Amino acid sequence: MAVETPSRLTTGTPPAAAKPETGQPWKERWGGLFFVAPFLLLFALFMLWPIVSGLWNSFFNTSLAGVKHEFLGLQNWRDLFGDPAVWSSLKNTLVFTAMSTPPLVIIALVMALLANRRGVLGWLLRFAYFAPFVLPATVVTLIWVWIYQPGFGLVNGLLTAGGFAEIDWLNTENRAMLAVVITTVWWTVGFNFLLYLAALQGIPAQVYEAAAIDGANGRQQLFRITLPLLGRTTGLIIVLQLVASLKIFDQIYLMTNGGPNYATRPIIQYIYESGFTSYRIGYASAISYLFFAVIVIVAVAQFKLFSGRGEDA
Amino acid sequence: MTTATLPVATRTPRRRQQWTFPKAASAVGAVILAVIWLIPLLWALDTSLKPEPETTRAPITWLPEAPTTGAYRSVIEQGDLLRWFLNSTVVSVLVTALTLVVSVLAAYGFSRTTFPGRRVLFGLIIAGILVPPQVLIVPLFQEMTGLGLVDTYWGIVLPQVVAPVMVFVLKKFFDGISRDYEDAARVDGASRWRIVWSVMVPMSRPILVAVGIFTFIGAWNNFLWPFIVTTDPSMMTIPVGLANVQGSYGLRYAQIMASAVLGGLPLLIVYALFQRHVVRGVGDAGIKG
Repeated sequence: MAVETPSRLTTGTPPAAAKPETGQPWKERWGGLFFVAPFLLLFALFMLWPIVSGLWNSFFNTSLAGVKHEFLGLQNWRDLFGDPAVWSSLKNTLVFTAMSTPPLVIIALVMALLANRRGVLGWLLRFAYFAPFVLPATVVTLIWVWIYQPGFGLVNGLLTAGGFAEIDWLNTENRAMLAVVITTVWWTVGFNFLLYLAALQGIPAQVYEAAAIDGANGRQQLFRITLPLLGRTTGLIIVLQLVASLKIFDQIYLMTNGGPNYATRPIIQYIYESGFTSYRIGYASAISYLFFAVIVIVAVAQFKLFSGRGEDA
Repeated sequence: MTTATLPVATRTPRRRQQWTFPKAASAVGAVILAVIWLIPLLWALDTSLKPEPETTRAPITWLPEAPTTGAYRSVIEQGDLLRWFLNSTVVSVLVTALTLVVSVLAAYGFSRTTFPGRRVLFGLIIAGILVPPQVLIVPLFQEMTGLGLVDTYWGIVLPQVVAPVMVFVLKKFFDGISRDYEDAARVDGASRWRIVWSVMVPMSRPILVAVGIFTFIGAWNNFLWPFIVTTDPSMMTIPVGLANVQGSYGLRYAQIMASAVLGGLPLLIVYALFQRHVVRGVGDAGIKG
């Protein structure tokens, strides 16, 4: 990461360069702070402060209006560990992550291998694969709720035309999560696709030319050259995807509202409901911290795994 | 590490252009996959052009028998869609402009200047990349209530401007730019402020365009935060406003799909126009991140 920075601590003043600022030691020493000050101010106001005040709140019985503010100590935290809704919504989040990550990585790889070509066809393929990603969550969910609609929706229309029984996708407990996963894959696979595509285009053409001269056929080139060289990118994509999937809220909230019977409610929706529906600010903050801890654990574990593998390759 | 070092110059002309079976099969597979990916969009467009009774016919019909733009007209006339469109535009432009300015300045500060505490502060910002904005919604909403920024543009915009990952990506990029250019500018008497805008920014144009496009898409599509911080329908952005459409239009699917198409179209057009930048931008930002 910051490999280069320590060796370049002086501000661009090699011995030969003129130093017009030598007369202003204060400006030379502190001047750089002015460049980072605007960002730091916003960072402090809208990231550090909520982090600190959220932790503070988690020890109090705070309501949204801030009327009651009595100290509870660790009560919110004790409640959290005894609250089945916390664990079931955390489980839903983890199930969604486990179901959505493999297809979001594998389909993205297949797409990149297929679309790595020039010309009009290449442009059209890249457009089709990535286009859903630029749509807002609400547009995506409006379209997919309509597609899953019983009676005259597209999916059930095709099912009944093929002689199958129709399924009320979003209102059936063991189908709703699958429906959300399918929608999510369609919506967001384009981002991973572009990451893979960039990695593919970074492989020098000479590698393939040399392999072709040595008599390697297309399949050998794919399995012996392309896929091994994509190992690092795959690690990166898995990390990014796991963290992104853990943050699931928009699609589920908009498609099933966490139902049926809370079978799809993710942890962020429970935080939202605790804070904005039940007005338990302190409790919602405590759950937020639990969720944050899960994300950090997953990210750090993945990063360790992935950087270890990067050295082997 | 930067794109400049990639061996783009050694691109050789394609030699084997004859169609072998695997090549043809992969092209066909690619097209089939593309069609599958486009079907939901086309189905939405198709539905939006049907008269309402035709949308709920039991064996589904494909192309509308008598295409009509009636659904679009009623959606635009009766709803707040144009107002939401304006709000989304204002919010996204502000978020993008502010994010770029603030992140460029910070990235330059961390890349090229020294001041006490610089490395600690940079470490703190890097740690901020790990913090998902979703975990901050409750305290952030309280803070916005205290600041009186609920239902205002600034309330929607300011938290979105804090993008530690952008500072990180831009700092990495600046680190890769040779100091010779700014030393030359400095000899000519340029201040550091001048150097940022006349040397660093022009030299970083591709990555700034990429960062800008992604910030814009992210701001336009952001749902959770605008959803929490706006209660007044006239302050809602398109994603938030459309969340209520399902309920208010009832079972009028042509109208629902017409609003979905109108809500998605602006960014589809932006993406079609800037596809090259988007594709390259993901590579630049993603591979380094």
